[in-house]
This record gives sequence, structure tokens and C-alpha cells, in this order.
Amino acid sequence: MADTNKKTLLLSTVLFIALLVVPAILPRFYTYIIASIFVTALLAMSLNLVVGYGGLYQFHHCAFYGVSAYTVALLITKAHVPYWVAFGAGPIAGAIVGYLIGWFCVRLSKLYFGMLQISLGSLIWALAFRWYSLTGGDDGIHGIPVPDFISSTKSSYYFILIVLTISLILMYIIIKSPCGTTLQATRDNPERCEAVGINVRKHQLVALVISTFFAGVSGVLYVILEQSVFPDLLFWVLSLEVFIMCLLGGWFTFAGPIIGAAMMVSLRTFVGVYTEYWTLVLGVLLILLIFFLPEGIMGFFLEKFGAKAPTEDHGGQH
Amino acid sequence: MLRVEEVYKSFDGFMAVNRASLHVGRGQIVAVIGPNGAGKTTLFNLITGQLTPDRGRIFFEEQDITRLPPFAICRRGIARSFQIANVFPRLTAFTNVQVSVLSQQNKSGKLFRPATNMAIKETYDILEHVGLSDKAQHLAGSLSHGDQRILEIAIALGNKPNLLILDEPTAGMSPEETKRTMDLIKGLAQVRNLTILFCEHDMDIVFDVAQSIMVMHHGSTLIQGTPQEVRENKEVQEAYLGGEDA
Repeated sequence: MADTNKKTLLLSTVLFIALLVVPAILPRFYTYIIASIFVTALLAMSLNLVVGYGGLYQFHHCAFYGVSAYTVALLITKAHVPYWVAFGAGPIAGAIVGYLIGWFCVRLSKLYFGMLQISLGSLIWALAFRWYSLTGGDDGIHGIPVPDFISSTKSSYYFILIVLTISLILMYIIIKSPCGTTLQATRDNPERCEAVGINVRKHQLVALVISTFFAGVSGVLYVILEQSVFPDLLFWVLSLEVFIMCLLGGWFTFAGPIIGAAMMVSLRTFVGVYTEYWTLVLGVLLILLIFFLPEGIMGFFLEKFGAKAPTEDHGGQH
Repeated sequence: MLRVEEVYKSFDGFMAVNRASLHVGRGQIVAVIGPNGAGKTTLFNLITGQLTPDRGRIFFEEQDITRLPPFAICRRGIARSFQIANVFPRLTAFTNVQVSVLSQQNKSGKLFRPATNMAIKETYDILEHVGLSDKAQHLAGSLSHGDQRILEIAIALGNKPNLLILDEPTAGMSPEETKRTMDLIKGLAQVRNLTILFCEHDMDIVFDVAQSIMVMHHGSTLIQGTPQEVRENKEVQEAYLGGEDA
């Protein structure tokens, strides 16, 4: 196990360094696309905390991403608060809304959880869409000023990369902590968890708050990159896309959703250039995935080459 | 230690438990027997809070636990295993037990410390005790049925219970596994000073192990007494043993 850990650490470090030099080599457009992948990847990872590790059907995760992005946008453009206060307020707003919606949802199980979650999340979308005087409705808010040193594509790329890295490390620590381990136990068998003294609802609610906080961080990064917000950010279609990213990449793996996000954003960008029916390609990909790689791309590779299969490992000693 | 006073539970008009009473003294091994559908599992679910009784009260160490949720009852010192193997299939056997130990130590909520070096010794002690330490790194879902049942008991032990409730601990086991399990249970009672409440179909096991036996029939308590008393009871012979000579 220690060996694979070292390998993973080495690989991540190499990847991180490679990503540091990307803006120096690639044209601005590609830098932008990769930054956009980062933002989406963080969103997908935060969703996977509750979907993959918590087994909760969080169908409308973008609600919190959007709430955070709107909070930042409104605080900067309407209330003129300092940037850093606004950037900090975004994730906190996401987590608070996550707590409120989660408080109701954890009382229901499985699909009912998902249905209630999607309805309550859609309410927030309706609010952003209809409250024209505050949110600009369909038009959204554009030209949100951001601090000078992160206003160019290149500098925002670096800022996003650093925040993403810190967030990933934090999430990794959380997953490996007793709280994360217990969360996985509640996913596997909530009834048994109750019987070993775990307050399952409370634990799920804690996970939801953490997850929506990181969705909020991703929302802040979106504002920094795009300098605009619009209601589609908290529309359920985007939530569905993020959900698919987790499935594509492998929802029982830590890094899976990053791969899912990279695929999704690339598809939308590069296939979307040729045809507006890029979702057709996505559909075919999904069908293939369900038939051939039910554990997702990352799950497949881990099974083939990686850390999994402790059963064989151990059997060898006997 | 545990006192169940005339509890009732019905499902859609069917009286699953119809006036059942039970008494478990400290350090005892108590068995509940009865034909299929007599309400044994329902009674256990009432005690551990998976279900709440329609009427009646349940006391544990002189405190009313009748309407507490399962996790709160567990924290007072009652741990249980389930009739069907009820483990965490995607986690390793080690983690299965560790989750329970962490919960007992009130550390389930810790966010920023790696779980890999917490509660290691306690967890390995338990696995060692039940004889699963060589399979610690196997995924629980990949263990044999017998091992999963043993793992269940290990999970329950992680809570450091005072009272251990086992719902048909040997169901679906081969004769050798059954013997191994019963030896383990007897050993637990001695070494860990546990009070044990279990239900079982195999009469030989029950009369061999239990110090007190409660007989259920159609959801009601027929009698609770020593094995000798139960064996000689006419009502029990009629109801449970179908009128044949015992």
C-alpha cells in the first residue's frame, strides 16, 4: 500500500508541475479551457464526496455552486464589499444553503432524497431567474470586477490551480479521516451504522455541508474566470452534467470526477464547435461506459493496474 | 440489566409481538426461542430501536429506552448483530470494525486526522479475538458467509457493549462454523464479561449454552425460565414441540 501511495504522490507532483508550465507554452484559449476544466473538476469532486462516498442522491448540486457565484457577484457589484470578503462569503453561503436544504433531505431516503433535493434546488434557480431587479434575471450579471492580479487568463489560471490543489488536498484528508470512513460506512449500510451508535442523518448532513462548501469554492473560481454569472449556473441541466462527470470518471475513486470533468468540458468545447448536437456523442459514450466500464474510467484503471485487489495481495502470503 | 415489560407491535393489523416480556440479568446468557414467525426478530428490533413498540416499555439498567433511536440505544451499551449478514461490503474487514470502534470512542466526526492510525490496536484485538485477523485487509463483501457473520459480531464488539444481542448468529452456517461460532460466543461471555441475548433455531445449542430461556409463540411470551423448567413445561411442549415428547 505504501508503495502505491508514493507512486500516486509522485505522479500528482509531476502533474502539478506540468500544469504550472502550461500557460507558458499553450495559447491563451487552451489555458482558458484548462482553467475551466479545473473549476468544473472541483465542482464534480465536491459532488462526489456525497454521491460516491456518501451514497446520497444529490441531484441538484449546482444550486450551491450558483448560490456562491451569485453571492460573490452581488456582493461585489451591488454591495461593493472588498473582494476577499466576497470570495469568502461565497462558499459560506453555499454551505448555509446546503445545510438548510440538506436538513430536510436527509430525513428522506435514496430517490426521495434526490427528488426533494432537485425541487428545493430548482426553487433557488427560479429565484435567480425571476428576481430581475436583483439578479438581472435571464441576462445575469456581467463585467464583475476582480482584483487586478488575477484578472488576466494566465493569472486567474494560476490562482484557480492553487485553490483547486488546496481544496483537493483538504478533501483527500477529509475522506481519509474517521469522518470520511464513517461516511463510507453510512453509504454501505445505514441501518448497521445506526446500530453501532452513529447518528446517520447528522453525519450525512455534515457531509452535505462540506460538499456544498467546496461547490461554493468552485462557484467563486467560476466568477474569477468568467467575470459573469447567469441563471444557467444553477439550472438542473448543469447538475445532471456534473452527476454524469462523476459516473464517467468513476464515482468510487477519488480522482475519477476530474477525468469526467475534463472529458465533458473537452467534448462540449471541441465537439461543440462542429455540431450543437454534441450531447449525442456524450450519449453514445455513456452507453459504452455503462456496458463496458461500469465502475467508470478511473475505476477501470485502478482495477487493472492499481491499488485495489487487496484480496490477492493477502492471499499470496498463505 | 434489561427488562422488557409487556410490549406490543403490530404491522397492518398483524400482531407480530403480542405482549412479550423478557428479563436479562447481568452476566447471563439468555436465549429466545420460538417457531418461525413467533416474533423473535421483531422483539430484538424493538429492544435496539429499529422499531418502536405500540405499547409497553423497555428498561436498560433501570433507564427507559423505549423510544430512543437506534444510535442512542447503542451508545448506552447495547450492541447487536443482524439475522442476515449486515456488514459494510465495500470496506475492508478492518475498517468495518474500526468504524464501530471509532464511534464508540466518539471520534467519528474527526475531520483532519487520518483514520489509518486511529483505533488500530483495539480493532486488531477484536479481529484477533474472533479469528479474522488474517483477513483484515479483505473487502467485507468478498468474505464467505460464515466469516461475514463473525465479522458482524466483531463490529458489535467494537462498541464495547455491556449487552450483546445476536439474532440467529449461526443461521446458514455449516456445522463446523456453527460450533466455532458458539465457542466464540461462550468465550466472549467469559473473557469480555458480556451479557448475551440471542435467538436460535437449533435446540441443542440453546439448551447447551443458555442459562435462561424465553419461549415465544404467536408473539407472546409463554414462559421464561431455566432450561430445565422450559423443558418440563407442558405448554411449551405443546406449542413449540408440537405435542411430541421432548
